[in-house]
Amino acid sequence: MSYQGMLADTVKFRGDNGDTGEAYYAWPTGAGKFPGVVLIHHMPGWDEWICEATRKLAHHGFATIAPHLYFREGPGSPDDIGARVRAAGGVTDEQVVGDARGAAAYLRAQPHANGKVGVIGYCSGGRHAFLIACKAPAEFDALVDCWGGNVIVDDPKALNAKRPVAPIDLADGIKCPILGIFGNDDENPNKDQVNRTEAVLKKLGKNYTFHRYDGAGHAFFNASRVAYRAEQAADGWSKVFAFFHKHLG
Amino acid sequence: MCSYIVEKARLVGSAKGPNGWMRVDTANVYFDHPFHAPLDHALGIDFICEADGGRERVAVELSRESALALIETIKAALASGDVAHTKAVEARPTLVGTQTEMASLF
Repeated sequence: MSYQGMLADTVKFRGDNGDTGEAYYAWPTGAGKFPGVVLIHHMPGWDEWICEATRKLAHHGFATIAPHLYFREGPGSPDDIGARVRAAGGVTDEQVVGDARGAAAYLRAQPHANGKVGVIGYCSGGRHAFLIACKAPAEFDALVDCWGGNVIVDDPKALNAKRPVAPIDLADGIKCPILGIFGNDDENPNKDQVNRTEAVLKKLGKNYTFHRYDGAGHAFFNASRVAYRAEQAADGWSKVFAFFHKHLG
Repeated sequence: MCSYIVEKARLVGSAKGPNGWMRVDTANVYFDHPFHAPLDHALGIDFICEADGGRERVAVELSRESALALIETIKAALASGDVAHTKAVEARPTLVGTQTEMASLF
């Protein structure tokens, strides 16, 4: 079921440490209660495609919030803020988890919320979404990891004070169902890393489903990139919607 | 892939940004997803002034091929400039005259 009617706006939410920041929020209009989704943006930041993806989820019946994980570096345009965050080595994992918790609380406080909340992330946001499900299992009812890189860390130099632990080492903390979407031509995560991630989840007895797409690499949902693969993206999105509807009601 | 890898180059110079000219002392250079260029990955350069807080930037996002071509173009421009300026330096005594000639002008 789709919802042509929706509202979308920038809103204020309380993130990690009680800090107040901006988020992009889109929700279907009409009667009834709607499940919520926290959408975690990729490294470049809170860009146009992230807002498009937020509205796409709302179109399919999910009240979706995309917290601006770099809001503490503002004010300014999202691209300039993203550049400053990149130069500073990114944001801390702990802060991202706190911001996601705050975004989930925002969703549950809305009058149209059904109380269920999932998390989805793309690229570095996929890694963040995986981590969020590990660290905040009580707040999230479903996880979608879209080609999250560095869930498995093969180069120890990728670990530092801001990202001290490989998310895969925290995977036992995940209590919700997991959907993974990956391109077989991706280099991060590559096929071997996706296979090893799956092996860990299988060993831990997690409820997971992975979809791997031939002819697709990294970020193949993003229509503004040459990596876009229309057929695979359409199928991947349909898997996301079905998964969230099944587990979030 | 989304990476956090940034190479820094120390610079001396200026750049023209949205608020006019500013001095720059740093180039943050990376190869990752661009914000604007319709490419999967782009060579990004943010020219900033860390000494002034680094809040403003002049940014470019270039394809890998054009970034490599730009490196060669910069080298060529510097080389041809060096040649031209060396010739100018060698020609200077003729142009400005001897000390005696110069003194006679004043």
